[in-house]
Amino acid sequence: MFDPIFLIENSITGLFSGGIYALIGLGVVFIFRATKVFNFAHGAVMMFGAYFYLTFSEILISFGSPNWLIFLISLPLTFTASALLGMIIEKFLMRPMMGQHPFPLIMITIGLISVLEGAAAMIWTPAAQYPKPLFPLNIDFIGSLAINRQMLFSFILAIIIFLIISILFVRSRSGVAIRATATDQSTAALMGINVSGVFSLSWIIACVTGSLAGILLAPLNSLTPTLGIVGLSVISVVILGGLDSIIGVLIAAFIIGWVESMASHFFGGQYKEIVPYIIVLLIIIIKPHGLMGTRQIDRL
Amino acid sequence: MIIGNYKSNYNSDESFFGDWPNKFAFILLCLLLVLIPFISSGYVIFLFTQVAVFIIAIVGLNILTGYTGLVSLGHGALVGVGAYATAILQSQFNLDFYINIPLSIFITSLVGVFFGLPSLRIRGLYLTISTLAASFIIIFILRNWNSLTGGDSGLILDPIEIFGIKIISENNKYFFIVPLAILSILFAQNLFRTRIGRAFIAIRDADLSAEIIGVNIVKFKLMAFGLGAAYAGLAGSLWAYNFLAILPSQFELHLSILFLAALVVGGSAQTLGPVFGAFFVVIIPELLKWAMGFLTPLNPTIMEYTAPANSFVYGILIIVFMIFEPMGIASIWSRFWNYVGRWPFSP
Repeated sequence: MFDPIFLIENSITGLFSGGIYALIGLGVVFIFRATKVFNFAHGAVMMFGAYFYLTFSEILISFGSPNWLIFLISLPLTFTASALLGMIIEKFLMRPMMGQHPFPLIMITIGLISVLEGAAAMIWTPAAQYPKPLFPLNIDFIGSLAINRQMLFSFILAIIIFLIISILFVRSRSGVAIRATATDQSTAALMGINVSGVFSLSWIIACVTGSLAGILLAPLNSLTPTLGIVGLSVISVVILGGLDSIIGVLIAAFIIGWVESMASHFFGGQYKEIVPYIIVLLIIIIKPHGLMGTRQIDRL
Repeated sequence: MIIGNYKSNYNSDESFFGDWPNKFAFILLCLLLVLIPFISSGYVIFLFTQVAVFIIAIVGLNILTGYTGLVSLGHGALVGVGAYATAILQSQFNLDFYINIPLSIFITSLVGVFFGLPSLRIRGLYLTISTLAASFIIIFILRNWNSLTGGDSGLILDPIEIFGIKIISENNKYFFIVPLAILSILFAQNLFRTRIGRAFIAIRDADLSAEIIGVNIVKFKLMAFGLGAAYAGLAGSLWAYNFLAILPSQFELHLSILFLAALVVGGSAQTLGPVFGAFFVVIIPELLKWAMGFLTPLNPTIMEYTAPANSFVYGILIIVFMIFEPMGIASIWSRFWNYVGRWPFSP
């Protein structure tokens, strides 16, 4: 229990899963910044992405394709399918409700959890499935430290994608458009920014990064339609990070990942699932705008 | 979401039922409800009892979400608290139902107030998230406190006994639970003629303005949580006595979403909303089962799709009603009667 090697190993595992959480949280933050909608269904979108990948890769496996070809074809197809899903959600569910009271929007994303979960269970059955992992499951030893190669590579990939998207967010034209829209929708529209295009784009980015996170996460647990509910725990990352801060999400993801694995190290595996929600309650009571979030001012 | 409470004179504002057709319809409905057990089969009675339990829970959610504007994703878990409180009080202390039910209501409303505490600092989205967290924490406790809650295998309890009659047949349960549901609807209807209820509505419409004109927001928000949870406690208690066996998995997030779906479909912030909503969410699975019964000859495994199809349909209903008819069936209903009332001059 108090074996230092084991403790370090668990810490590393926690930080690795933090990388994936950062990727999931990124999607929520993107949508929230651009459209001011908190997407409760992000976990479900992530689960759908993982199922898309499962379908495409199994079709390719049934043709007897080599490994590299499977990844080369099924990953772009998955991302396209997820982007389409994001566009459809944005176009048909979010767009009609834009500019209204937040209550209907929250309700729609909550309804979406149910829709996506039910649809996934009907299409792919509720049984647990194991999609082909992107990286082989090997254990490497550094000294006497065991490191799971699958988790390591997933972590590296997640962090790279996270950084690329954050840099694009700061540097690229679309990134500037998203930030302008986030600051002031009507002014951005007056300056010639295609605001509805920005909404679409942020949903697409969120769904694609979400699907990648799903692909990375599914082999580590297993893929069931309830992965969407598991994905809800990423709310803690977003809240701790401060809802609208990308750097905040990265820091918060590592903190949550580490605290989770420490909780399962010291108290037992089942405590892992409850830690994020306890953290959420504490942050909301103590520091509602999180680590790096903008403090909201209420106006009449 | 409606803003304001539009009445054209004081009489209509103070009257309990609105106008005489409403009163008449209410009495007619009560007579009909008394007759139902004598003219229908056991399964239909069972469904009516279930609707009654749901109505109680959804009336509570309506107070919290519909009237006070605090969206709760933890209502299902609070119903679970009520059900477990009843089962535990019975198995540990062997209490009778007339002590047990009020005590369960009290415990649930304490839990509700506790998880409502974050609402003192935060509102809107953050509050929804904190109720979501509360829901997961409650379910976790129910699952893992094995010595008290029986863990994943749940608890079993004995039926209620009144004057030596065991409330175990469908008819008895019906006559025990349905009157309580009617009473709780009437109580909620009356609540919104009082100072407290109006404070709730003021908080929903503009909480800062409400505070400025002298509504004690802290007190009334916590009161809304307490009342909503009390209803959940009653519903949970009756749920436990109705099924006589409870599992933690029944009260997970799905149940909270189901209640929200019922509220949105029925019509939030309207007296009849929870009634329509509860009927709707109970009837839909039956309709799906019935439809799938027809399809079974084509595909024998189709029954497995019932549960996912339910959750799919509930989600679709939330979305469709939110986009096209945000005030729910209750508003269609009142529009229909307005039309009839003004015929032949209706627009």
